[in-house]
Amino acid sequence: MIYWELFWTFLQIGLFLVGGGYAAIPLIQSSIVDQHAWLTLSEFTDLISIAEMTPGPIAINAATFVGIRIGGIGGALAASFGCIVPSLVLVSLLYGLYARYRTMPFLQKILGTLRPVVVALILAAGLMLLQSALFQGASVSWSTLNWVSLGLFCGAFLLLRWRKWNPILVMSLCGALYLGLGAAFGW
Amino acid sequence: MEQKPSITPESKAKQLWTLFWVSLRISAFTFGGGFVIVGFMKRQFVDRLHWLKEDEMLDYTALAQTAPGPIAVNAAVLVGRHVAGGWGMLAAVLGTVIPPIALLSIISLFYNAFAANRYIALLLRGFQAGVAAVVLDVACSLGMNVLKNRSWLHDALIAIAFLATFVLHIPVIWIILGGMVLGLALALWEKRRAA
Repeated sequence: MIYWELFWTFLQIGLFLVGGGYAAIPLIQSSIVDQHAWLTLSEFTDLISIAEMTPGPIAINAATFVGIRIGGIGGALAASFGCIVPSLVLVSLLYGLYARYRTMPFLQKILGTLRPVVVALILAAGLMLLQSALFQGASVSWSTLNWVSLGLFCGAFLLLRWRKWNPILVMSLCGALYLGLGAAFGW
Repeated sequence: MEQKPSITPESKAKQLWTLFWVSLRISAFTFGGGFVIVGFMKRQFVDRLHWLKEDEMLDYTALAQTAPGPIAVNAAVLVGRHVAGGWGMLAAVLGTVIPPIALLSIISLFYNAFAANRYIALLLRGFQAGVAAVVLDVACSLGMNVLKNRSWLHDALIAIAFLATFVLHIPVIWIILGGMVLGLALALWEKRRAA
């Protein structure tokens, strides 16, 4: 039963997926390419580049991509559902504990210590995104700097910071402007 | 969790619909990993809808990053449960998974054409600049709120955690677990001193 196999395989991936993002790639690869041979290595590389180009978690992208090739739409749904089952159960439990004990002074202290750490992680994540937007993985230098991206970033930042524009609108504008300019000047 | 009193069935249904719809729009624009969703969550759920407090959002970010599973889905479970219990969780999770499932299903049919398309590449480069602005804008707001408290410990924690991830590239999960252990040690130390 292929649906069950997809469901069960991606349930295990969801369960052992910790830390998210690129940490997920080796885990998914060993299961999908090495154990089940559902994708060849070059198909898996295609999957990663598509996952980078589309929104959403890599694991869900992988589940849909593999599921649809192995078992059609039903396969995609079975694999994606398997991937989120551990989250639904474990994170619900975690939420129950948080809701019940969060006001304890002891836990308040721990959460209070953790919050500045999380803020620093968000800041670092933002800077890494900026670096990849401005330099596209190349080394950081004036010659590799993408001036159009820099201009769009500055405009977007000002609109968000001082005009409180909706982030989704700002992102759509950035995409549309880059696309329009790129098409007009033939980049 | 504190349930808002006297919610009529209509307003409950409307709330679930808003939760679903906002989650769907956020998910459709989450390019670039787990922390991007925090930027959108802060603007939509904290600033606009007032469903979460800033502290709660930071707590959920830490929990979503440490628990197993896709970070965006973990965040949806936490926010959904917080706003509207079990049904809220379903609404938020459905909203979060529908965009990637729908997009990948379509793209998998002609992925070579998609990956090689010049116009899609241009669009995505624009999105990258925008998403960096979204995350850094929220990071500025959050950072200034921490600095406002004038706690040398919190200022030091920001600096250390930033260096650990940005310069030393220590995996995020270890940094969060480290913060938890440090908080635990501080709590024990204060308890002992008070006794």
